[in-house]
Amino acid sequence: MAELRTYRDWPIAPMSRPSEGALGLTGSWRTFRPVIDRDRCVKCLVCWLFCPESAIGIDEEGGPVINYDYCKGCGICASECRYGAIEMVREGEVVA
Amino acid sequence: MAVQVEKEKGWRSIFVTGNHAVAWAVKVARVQVVAAYPITPQTTIVEKIAEFVEKGELDAQYIRVESEHSAMTACIGAAAAGARAFTATASHGLALMHECLWWAAGARLPIVMAVVNRALGPGWNIWTDYCDTMAQRDIGWIQIYCADNQEVFDSVIQAYKLCEDHRVMLPCMVDLEAFILSHTYMPVRVPPQDEIDDWLPPYKPAWVLDPDDPITHGNLIYPAHYMEFRYLMQEAMERVKELLPKVGEDYRRRFGLTGLDFIETYKCEDAELLILTMGTMGVEARITVDRLRERGIKAGVARVRVFRPFPAEQIRRLAENVPMMVIMDRHISFGAEGALAMETKWALCSLDERPLMTSFIAGIGGRDVTWRDMERMALKAYEWMKKGQAREGVWYGVKGLELG
Repeated sequence: MAELRTYRDWPIAPMSRPSEGALGLTGSWRTFRPVIDRDRCVKCLVCWLFCPESAIGIDEEGGPVINYDYCKGCGICASECRYGAIEMVREGEVVA
Repeated sequence: MAVQVEKEKGWRSIFVTGNHAVAWAVKVARVQVVAAYPITPQTTIVEKIAEFVEKGELDAQYIRVESEHSAMTACIGAAAAGARAFTATASHGLALMHECLWWAAGARLPIVMAVVNRALGPGWNIWTDYCDTMAQRDIGWIQIYCADNQEVFDSVIQAYKLCEDHRVMLPCMVDLEAFILSHTYMPVRVPPQDEIDDWLPPYKPAWVLDPDDPITHGNLIYPAHYMEFRYLMQEAMERVKELLPKVGEDYRRRFGLTGLDFIETYKCEDAELLILTMGTMGVEARITVDRLRERGIKAGVARVRVFRPFPAEQIRRLAENVPMMVIMDRHISFGAEGALAMETKWALCSLDERPLMTSFIAGIGGRDVTWRDMERMALKAYEWMKKGQAREGVWYGVKGLELG
């Protein structure tokens, strides 16, 4: 990005290029975190498809992996998972 | 509708309503995307455009949206994708668009929209006043107010030329009064298509949504950066003050039609009583001026044609040697007065010597304002101001309310 020193350096309208974490690590906004139960997960990747933040990736075995640096904890993945494989856990609590 | 083609030169003389004059301008301006949602008294604009598109006379995407809010967002998307976009609305439709109007201006998209000025409910009223567009005057749209159908046609074409200038890149409302213009037939001259094409080249966007080069528009802007974007909008509006008369002069010279300008004057040179108003009232008032002059009152009328940017400098020049000014608004800002009066006063307050000013509210909700009404207002104001009195926001024509 060009250096913004005076208003003449501004673009004509607000716009940004796609970049990872332009606003920092938004995972800190989270109250509940999704935790995947690997025994129940069938790797259908519906959670990966629905995640509005692209915070779910795919691991070497083809299963979903959550990037907690950017997951805001919206819970859409848990809501969409038809196998009950994603549990929303309050931050600070430990799952067994 | 009668269309007469002068074969020699390719000019057309058409006999059309103000709404159809808008549609013809949209056609010859080769608008590429039209978002359409009907509302009286605008509907015949988008109906006529639909006819042009169906007949293959206008190569445009015609999007039938589910509301005016969507009409404006469709235009925003179209303009952001690099298309010349148009929509039309009135009254409540314009009010529903409100947040999207901010977006169009802030995104610096040169959308042109015809607004057929209509009163707002309740009570339900389809007739004219300026309360709809005046409520949208702070949002970064250029506002042009017309007084006849040729001016309507000419203003739409020139609005694209002005708005798409990269020094401007702001949207524009072309405003015409409900029924007085929208549904009244008048002759309109239409220049040959190839000459319009030559004068108004295709739209070149300042930024564009492109899947091959993705950007996010309208992202979060912190206080450290937001204010500069707003300053740039103000700077663009200031440039319109300089560029609009140039576009108008260029158009007038090229086609011999009505060029854009900020103010039209009639017998103002030696005026002791200057009537300041807008739209069709500004033309009707010429009769009033002639009548007043017959009575020995040196009157003149100035019609403000562009409200944003506000022609403060032009009004200051007009007022310099005028002892008395009568401002007639077809608008009321409840708790204050009419917009033209309020803004004229801020424009003039920096002068050492100001005219006495009396302002009237008239013609709300489509009540007729004839030259006789304006004569009554002007004579009353003259009587008051001769005694050194200036009155603010006097309602004219309210039953049971005496002018005093």
